[in-house]
Amino acid sequence: MKKAKKSTFFIVLVLILLFSVSSVLGLDYQFGDNCKPLINGVDDIRLGIDIQGGVDVTFGPANDVDATKEQLDAATATIKTRLVNKGINDSEVYSDEDSDRIIVRFPWQAGETDFDPETAVKELGETAELTFRKGTASETDENEETVPTGEIVISGADVQSAQAVNMPNDEGQYEYMVKLILNDSGKSAFAAATTELKGSSTPISIWMDNIMISAPTVNNAITDGEAYISGSFETMSDAQDLADKINSGALPLKIETKSFKTISPTMGEGSLNAILLAGAIALAAIAIYMIVLYKLPGMVAVIAIIGQIAGSIAAVSGWFGFMDSSTLTIPGIAGIILAVGMGVDANIITGERLKEELRSGKSLESGINVAYKKAFSAILDGNITNVIVAIVLMGAFGVPTSFFSKILNSTIFAAFGATAEGVVYSFGYTLLAGVIFNFVMGVFAARLMVTSLSKFKCFKNRKLFGGDVK
Amino acid sequence: MSKNNNSANTAPAKKIYNFCSKKMMIFIITAAIVAVTLIGCLVRGISVAIEFRGGTMITYQYTGDIDTNAVKAAAGEIITDSITIRTGESLDSDAKELTISFTSENGLTVERQTDLTDKLQEKFPDNDLTLYDSNDVSPTTGTEFFLKCIVAVIFAAVLIILYIAIRFRKIGGWTAGLCSVLALLNDLLVAFAATIIFGFEFSSNTVAVILTILGYSINNTIVIYDRIRENKKLTPKASISQLVNAGCSQSLTRSIRTSVTTIGAMLSITIVVLISGYDSLLSFSVPLMFGLVSGTYSSLFVAPVTWAAWEEKRTSKKSGKKEKSE
Repeated sequence: MKKAKKSTFFIVLVLILLFSVSSVLGLDYQFGDNCKPLINGVDDIRLGIDIQGGVDVTFGPANDVDATKEQLDAATATIKTRLVNKGINDSEVYSDEDSDRIIVRFPWQAGETDFDPETAVKELGETAELTFRKGTASETDENEETVPTGEIVISGADVQSAQAVNMPNDEGQYEYMVKLILNDSGKSAFAAATTELKGSSTPISIWMDNIMISAPTVNNAITDGEAYISGSFETMSDAQDLADKINSGALPLKIETKSFKTISPTMGEGSLNAILLAGAIALAAIAIYMIVLYKLPGMVAVIAIIGQIAGSIAAVSGWFGFMDSSTLTIPGIAGIILAVGMGVDANIITGERLKEELRSGKSLESGINVAYKKAFSAILDGNITNVIVAIVLMGAFGVPTSFFSKILNSTIFAAFGATAEGVVYSFGYTLLAGVIFNFVMGVFAARLMVTSLSKFKCFKNRKLFGGDVK
Repeated sequence: MSKNNNSANTAPAKKIYNFCSKKMMIFIITAAIVAVTLIGCLVRGISVAIEFRGGTMITYQYTGDIDTNAVKAAAGEIITDSITIRTGESLDSDAKELTISFTSENGLTVERQTDLTDKLQEKFPDNDLTLYDSNDVSPTTGTEFFLKCIVAVIFAAVLIILYIAIRFRKIGGWTAGLCSVLALLNDLLVAFAATIIFGFEFSSNTVAVILTILGYSINNTIVIYDRIRENKKLTPKASISQLVNAGCSQSLTRSIRTSVTTIGAMLSITIVVLISGYDSLLSFSVPLMFGLVSGTYSSLFVAPVTWAAWEEKRTSKKSGKKEKSE
C-alpha cells in the first residue's frame, strides 16, 4: 500500500465521519410542507416488539366458518412470510385451534408516520387469491361485494414464482409488470385457455381477490408457461408488492380482524435506553483499552470500529437506497455485537503483529506492510466462516423466494416447510453486513490510515506504533 | 505452566508454554462441563418460552393505572409457570387491556381461570378488571423450528469443516476442522448449562446466544490455526506439539486481549441490566458471557491440543504401516 499519502488519513477519516453521522442522524429533504427522508437514520429503524412494543391483532375466520387445523397452520405460515416480506423480522404468530384464532404481534411505535399498522393489518389479512378467469363476468354478493364469476383458468397455486420486471410491452414502451412462471399444471391449463381464446374478443381477466387488475385479450397462444400482468403499476415497488403477495401464497380461508390493540414491550418500557447505555459504556471502555494498548494504531482501530458500527446501523435502517429498512431485534443486536467483536479482534491481531514485527527490528514502513499482510490471512479465514454461518441462516430462515433460500430450501432443507423465521434471519443479516464492513473498515480503511499516519514526521516515533525504543 | 524454549519459536523473546501437556486437565474440565449440564438438567429442568411451547394468553380490560409487577406477583400465586404481563390499548375502543401469558401443559381449566380472575379482582378492586378474552395457543415456532435450527447449524458446521479442510490442508485440514467443531460443542454446552443453572427460559434470546457463540468460537479457533499454519511454513521440521505450543503461546496475548473486550462488553450489559431492572436481557448476556469465557479456553486448549493428539496418532500409525511394508 505504497500509495497512501499524508492526505489519505484525513480523506478516510472525513469519509468515515460523514458516513457515521449520516447513518445515525439520517437526512431529511424539506420541500414545502413535505419532509421526505433522503437518507434513513437511526430514527427510521423499527425496533422489535421485545424492545419497543407493538400491535396485537387477532384474526378469525370470516362469517364464523369452522377452520381446520391444516387451514390454520397454512394461514399462520403465510402470515409469517408476509411479515418478513415487509421487513418485519420480529413477530409472534400464535394460533388457537379451539377458538380458531390467529394472534399476530408485530412491532410498531405510536406516532410512526411512514408505517401505518392499519394498512399492514389489512394486507396481512387479505386472502390474496390470484385468479386468471375467462371473460370479465362478476356479480354482487349479499355483502354487496363484487365477486368474479368467470371460469378459473389458473390460480395462485399454479404459479411457481412471481417477479417484478421492467420491460417493453406490445407497443414497445417500457412498463412495470409482474412476470409469472407457472408450474406444470398451470402451464398446460394456461396453454389450453390461451389457445381457445386466441383471436376471440373474450379477454382473460386477472383478479386479486375481488379486484380486477387487468383484462387483456389473447393474441397468441402462450405455451411456454410464462404469464405477464401489466397495465396497472405506476412504480416498480407497486409491481414488487403484487409479486411478493403472489409469492407469499394465498390464505386457505377468508379471515377478518377480531380485535386490534397496542401492546407494551416484553422487556419493559425504557429497556432500549438500558441497552444503549450499556453499549456506550462498552464502546468507551474498548476505545480506551485499544488506545492504551496500541497507541496510534489503537486510535485508528477506534475510528474503524465506529465506522463498522455505523455500517451495521446503515444496513438495518436502509441507508443504502436499494435496501429497505428492517426490524432490529435482540438477535439482530447480537449479530452486530459479534461482528463488532470480530472487528476489534481484527485490530488486536494486527496490533500484536505490528508490535512483533517492530520488535524484530523491521523499519516502520516494512513492519506495517508485513504486519497487515500476515494478520490478513487469519482475519480472512475467521470472517469467511462467519459469512458461511450468516448465509446458511439467511437461507434457512429468510423469505422463501430470496436467493439463498431458493438454493437451500430445495436441497438441504427440503424436508421442512419453507418457513420464514424473522429472528434468526435478522441475526444472519446483521452478521453478514457487519462482516462486510469489517473488511471495509477494520482491514482496508484502517491500513490506509495507519500507513498514511506513518508518513508524518511527528509520528515517526516507533513507540507510537507499539515498537520498542531503539 | 512449564517453560519450554523450543526451536519453533519464531517471534523473538516470547515464552513458549507447553499447551499439549494439559490433556488430562482438558479431559477433566470437559467431563465436569458435561456433568454440570446433566445435573443441571435433572435438578432445574428445562423451561421453554411460550413462543416455542405454546400456552395460555388471558386478556383483561381495566380502568385507571395498574402496577404490572404487582399483577405478576398476584397471578404467580395461582399460576406456577413463568408469566409475562403486557399492557396495551385497544385500537377500536380505546379500552386499556392487560394480557397475561404463560406456558401451560394442557391449557388452563375453567376453575383455575375463575380463580385467577377472582384473585386479580380482589387484589385490584379499583381497576374494574373484566375478562375480555382467553386463548390456548399453539407455539408460534414449534418443534419444526428447533429441528430446522439443528439442521441449519449442522449444515453450517459441515461447510466450516470443509472450508477449514481446504484452507488448512497444509496442516491436515480435516482433523483441524473436526476439532474446531469439537471446541464449538464445548462452548455451546457451557452456554446451555449456564442457561439451565440460572433458570432462564429457552427463548429467542437463547437462539441469539447459540448463534453468536457459533460464529465467535470458530473465529477464535481459526486465529490459532492460522498461527500454526504460519509456523509450519517457517519451521517445517518442528513436531506437531511444538507447532501447537508455539502457535498458542504467540496467540495468547491476542486471545486474552480480545476476550477482555468481548467479555467486558457482555459484563457491562449485565451490570446495566441488573441496575436498571430490565432483567429479561439477562437470559442473553449471562449465558453468552459464559460461552465467551469457554470460547477463549477451548480455542487455546480443546481445539489445538486434541488436534495435535489426533495428528500425532495418525502420523505414528502411518509410519508404523510404512515400517511394516518395508
